[in-house]
Amino acid sequence: MSLELRSLSVTTSTHVSLFTAVDIVIASGEVACVMGPSGVGKSTLLNAIGGHLSTHFSVTGEVLLNGEKVTHKPVVERQIGILFQDPLLFPHLTVGDNLAFGLSSNVIGSKNRRAQIEQALEQAQLQNFYHRNPATLSGGQQSRVALMRALLAQPQVLLLDEPFSKLDLELRHTMREFLFAQAKQRNIPMLLATHEPAEAQAANGPLVILMPA
Amino acid sequence: MSLSSWPKWLMLTALAVGILVPVLAGLGETIWAAFGILPAIGRHTLSVDAWHQLFELPGLVTSLRLSLVSGFGATLVSLMLALFGSAWVYHTSEKESSLSRLKPFSQAILVPILAAPHAAIAIGLAFLLAPSGWLARLFSPWLTAWDLPPNLATVQDLWGLSLTLGLIIKELPFLWLVSLVALKQIDVSRQLNLTQSMGYSHTAAWCKIIVPQLYPLIRLPVFVVLVYALSTVDMAQLLGPNNPPTLALATMRWYNDTNVQLLLPASAASVLLGVLIAASVLLWEVVVRTVMFTSKVMIRSGDRTGKYSIFTGVLTTALPITVMLGLLSLLVLALWSITWRWSFPDALPTSWSYNYWLQLITNVPLALQHSLIVALISSGLALTLAIAWLEVQDRFGGHFYKITLWFIYLPLLVPQIAFLYGLKVGFLRLGLNGSMMTVMWAHLLFVFPYTMLSLVDSWRALDKRYVQVATSLGRSSWSCFWRIKLSLLLRPLLLAWAIGIAVSISQYLPTLMIGAGRVESLTIEAVSLASGADRRLVGVYGLLQALVPLLAYSFALLLPRLVALKK
Repeated sequence: MSLELRSLSVTTSTHVSLFTAVDIVIASGEVACVMGPSGVGKSTLLNAIGGHLSTHFSVTGEVLLNGEKVTHKPVVERQIGILFQDPLLFPHLTVGDNLAFGLSSNVIGSKNRRAQIEQALEQAQLQNFYHRNPATLSGGQQSRVALMRALLAQPQVLLLDEPFSKLDLELRHTMREFLFAQAKQRNIPMLLATHEPAEAQAANGPLVILMPA
Repeated sequence: MSLSSWPKWLMLTALAVGILVPVLAGLGETIWAAFGILPAIGRHTLSVDAWHQLFELPGLVTSLRLSLVSGFGATLVSLMLALFGSAWVYHTSEKESSLSRLKPFSQAILVPILAAPHAAIAIGLAFLLAPSGWLARLFSPWLTAWDLPPNLATVQDLWGLSLTLGLIIKELPFLWLVSLVALKQIDVSRQLNLTQSMGYSHTAAWCKIIVPQLYPLIRLPVFVVLVYALSTVDMAQLLGPNNPPTLALATMRWYNDTNVQLLLPASAASVLLGVLIAASVLLWEVVVRTVMFTSKVMIRSGDRTGKYSIFTGVLTTALPITVMLGLLSLLVLALWSITWRWSFPDALPTSWSYNYWLQLITNVPLALQHSLIVALISSGLALTLAIAWLEVQDRFGGHFYKITLWFIYLPLLVPQIAFLYGLKVGFLRLGLNGSMMTVMWAHLLFVFPYTMLSLVDSWRALDKRYVQVATSLGRSSWSCFWRIKLSLLLRPLLLAWAIGIAVSISQYLPTLMIGAGRVESLTIEAVSLASGADRRLVGVYGLLQALVPLLAYSFALLLPRLVALKK
């Protein structure tokens, strides 16, 4: 599996490019980083890859998933997972049901599904959290659930938009290690938007520096 | 209780005396009468005769069925359409259809229907759908081959379908706008992105993730719609079947019967309507909770496909048609009001006349004068009260916040007819019936809760740090109140006021029952003229009824822009 961006950029409705075109290949298990000054369009780049751009923007260049062009494929069919700054756990569902919502429908049988969710909870060190209300979890716990939920959907690629920036330093470090381990274990490419050089260094993967066009 | 919190206690007392006591007293009078005690007609002994009489009245079962079908049907369909319409507003797709270009204007399109009183929409809809209505004229004779109006019961049909349709048209904009406001409290776009990235379609994402978070926020408005639809009298009179009519209208007729002995079964019918409404609200809530619970369980399968296509297909067609019918209903009123000659099957009038409007200007009818006075005073009072209540809550804390909210909304949750009749009896005894003051106060009972309903979220959403900053700069709390809160909230305050005007203008029963025929109103005039033959005059009154609130809305929406331009 791989994610490739070929001279990818985003233009506004007045045909102004937001940033210089991006070229990168991310292999399975690798965590690439996008860096750049704030406001340059890191989130917009991720939205372009994931297919979440609002209609005011358009994409130039190509996004390739395992060699196949997906630039204009509907979001629903892309299988590109995304993690935002906020965990966005659905408040009306329990922690377990949040994970069940994410878990791919390829996994069938309610017992089987439940077992996978329990396993994911265990990996995130959240045993016995199935029936908890997400609002009662700490920030770090919520982030871990959000990450597991995204992974359970079995995405081909995971995009991460500064997902840990709201956590304190120590927790951020732990989450980062957890994330990198998951990338290796699931063997999928990941693209992490960050403004922390230390984070990019720790990712030890390809690096994109986004510059205003 | 400390002395310094006296404004809070004053407010609570005012709410109790102004709303709770009279509503309960009115209900009490009605319940006494239902059990045989009505001194005014010489009945002093407790008995259940009224109930025997009620159950022997012809058509009672049909009336019950009609009320239930139109009440539940209208609430369910308008809620579905409102939820679907909200989903449409948030749906971004690469293929832009011609309708999606209307998205930025969707709220502006809904305002006229929201502003127009129920009776105006009902009259307009009747002018559209009747066998001799505008729709039949538009398609005749080239398509239908009708040279004369066909002999079909398209309005006031036996099943109450046109009544249900009228209710849907009128309630859709209310529920839709309420939903759009509530959705601002939910991070909709990012949740949709997230859900879609997991492979769920927009519709599946909306149904499984957004609606369950939205519904608890609009539960109260949905109840208000359900109660209104079950208990409306003016709309049932204009669009519902006549014999037998819905329970609410039947009750009203028994009250108005020349045989005063019918007052007792009429009161029993009021109580029955109250019980029916309570049971309906309960049933609705049980069903909603069951559906929510089942859908939560279904989520666990992770099924992404969901079979929504037929359903969305129907709603995609029904939504624009419903809105169009609402706008056309108002347009046809305008057309008739300036018609001189318009014979069947011409698509448009053949000659025009502004006579009725000229007459209106030279000789302003009492109905317009009274309606304006009552609307201006009751909406102004309601807004002042709402601000006072919210400010008192802010300053002195809200121990009774929840319970007082229920006080305030109480008049919207009990059937009007059930306590208005009792109040009328009470006022008669006190010799207060038929005065402008009591009518205004009766309007206030309904205007105040709607004003609160529209204001409370914006007021609470105001960032309290502005006030903290201002206080820390040495401003007094009064100065903060005037210069910070009221000026930042100018737009929602004006909107709440406009909603107050619209609610007051649309009231039918309160003016009719408490006014005792001495206080006129546009709605009473329009409803009673509607049974007559002169469509031009009905058009004038129907449109006038819609224009007054529309002017108030326009003022409320434009003034803040003018103020902003000046800055």
